[in-house]
Amino acid sequence: MTLIATQSLTKTYGNRVTALADLTVAVEPGVIGLVGANGAGKSTFIKIMLGLLAPTSGQVRVLGLDPTTDSQAVRARVGYMPEHDSLPPDLSAAEFVTHLGRISGLPRTVARERASEALRHVGLYEERYRQIGGYSTGMKQRVKLAQALVHDPDLLLLDEPTNGLDPAGRDAMLGLIHRIGTEFGISVLVCSHLLGEVERICDTLVAIDGGRLLRSDNITAMTTAIDVLAVEVSEGTEELAARLAELDLPVHREDRMLLVRLDDDRTYDLILTAVAELDLPLHRLDQRRHRVAELFATRETTNAHA
Amino acid sequence: MPTPEPRTAPGGVIHDIGYQRYDGPRLGRRHILGALYLHSLRTAFGLGRSAKAKIFPWLIMSVVGVVAVVLTAIQVQTGVAALGYNEFPEVLSILIIFFCAAVAPELVSRDLQTGVLPLYFARPLERADYAIAKLAALITATFLLLAVPLTVMFAGAAFSADDLGGVWREFGDYLPGIAYAALHAVVFSSVAVLVAALVKRRAVAAAAVVAAFLVTTPIVGVLLVLPYETSTQLSGLVNPASLVSGVGDWLFETTGDTGIGGWGPLYGVVSIALVAACVLLLFARYRKVARS
Repeated sequence: MTLIATQSLTKTYGNRVTALADLTVAVEPGVIGLVGANGAGKSTFIKIMLGLLAPTSGQVRVLGLDPTTDSQAVRARVGYMPEHDSLPPDLSAAEFVTHLGRISGLPRTVARERASEALRHVGLYEERYRQIGGYSTGMKQRVKLAQALVHDPDLLLLDEPTNGLDPAGRDAMLGLIHRIGTEFGISVLVCSHLLGEVERICDTLVAIDGGRLLRSDNITAMTTAIDVLAVEVSEGTEELAARLAELDLPVHREDRMLLVRLDDDRTYDLILTAVAELDLPLHRLDQRRHRVAELFATRETTNAHA
Repeated sequence: MPTPEPRTAPGGVIHDIGYQRYDGPRLGRRHILGALYLHSLRTAFGLGRSAKAKIFPWLIMSVVGVVAVVLTAIQVQTGVAALGYNEFPEVLSILIIFFCAAVAPELVSRDLQTGVLPLYFARPLERADYAIAKLAALITATFLLLAVPLTVMFAGAAFSADDLGGVWREFGDYLPGIAYAALHAVVFSSVAVLVAALVKRRAVAAAAVVAAFLVTTPIVGVLLVLPYETSTQLSGLVNPASLVSGVGDWLFETTGDTGIGGWGPLYGVVSIALVAACVLLLFARYRKVARS
């Protein structure tokens, strides 16, 4: 079953602001990363999927349901974690998550049990009777995740879940999301403006920019490209680029660095020889994984040239 | 790939039984509305909250309670009611306003301020149902604020009555008193919830609610002193508190001299229109809030 499918989805506010423009995308269950800069239309897309906003035109289906006509049914099966602060400071996490479980239609005792379970899964078992106002940012993010999980949804919509977290907190949160997607059997859509973050945990990536679909693909398909070598010389970057091109090495410029596709160990030798022959001061030469960001960047430049 | 968090605490081992899916029943709209209503009613009295949240509602309730106890004592001692059931809400209307001003922001402004609303509206809770649950909770709380002391007064009077006929006469006065208290609760709560739903900050919302009730009072005063009978009789329409007491004069006043002349039905219609307008505006407000 297709998890989320849209057909020419468009949303304009008034006549001028276009949040989503002719977005057609279909994703399978799993962990999906929705990437785009701030204002790319991610939050609008989420609100349309929850049935809180009506699209200007086009169709959307979530879990096989149409949120524009069947929003209640969609919202009963979806968990949503908003980007901004959304917790009352003077309630305990256990009480708050239980209450929201009941608002999702769980019977009283079930809501209490599942709230405890959800808080345990996000790692807040011991502290759950303390008031949320006294929690750290990381703990608050966990409560927000727990409330999205309490009613056992089939799909989680997480809007910038790592916002405001320190590096360790980010890793823990991403690990948790990955676990929910793989072990719990719940599909997750993670919105982020940090590509490097979501690419670590996602099966599928959807990139949007200015409301338009940039690319939607399986992440393995995107990262099968071979590793690259980053070469940086203090001067003579142009000469080196020309020399490497002569040697039949595909070179890609990025700021002051040259990115060279790494086929085998011979590539190292070729580059080092070229640098030595040109007598250039070598600043750095290191191997990098071909990050998805570069794929998107390449695509954008190709589009720009075309 | 980040490693999952260590699942063992230093003090012992937490046995992870894994994630359990839920296949049980999911209740419908009525239950969800009921759950939010009960939660809101508890919030109104500060139950399940910090001591700070309890101060205002319980302070006002105790003042109203003391008034009722004193009145009951006077009636038991002297056999004469110092204050009728119908006069009770009118005399205490300033306290009802303060109660609504303290509680309505706790119910609605707080959700706006803390950003909880997106969590509600991402669930199978209708936007209108949210408004209904909050309004119903404040109406119930305000009604209880008045009905409990009235019942205490009735109990005192009933026990000191000479015969069963006296108890029945007392009951005949008590029932309209309860109905009148309910009318106060509905009108005052509708205005208070609507005003509070427009303001994010609780302190500002409380001030706005009080203002909504009090700014029109001078207009009533001016209309009262104008040398025209009609303006005097219609002056009560301008202010929610005097509007309700006008309806009370029309429905429950038995002495004949009411100060509103024959305009009673108009007071009734305006009251219904005011409540209806508040509810519709409240629905519109939350349709807008849910989209943003």
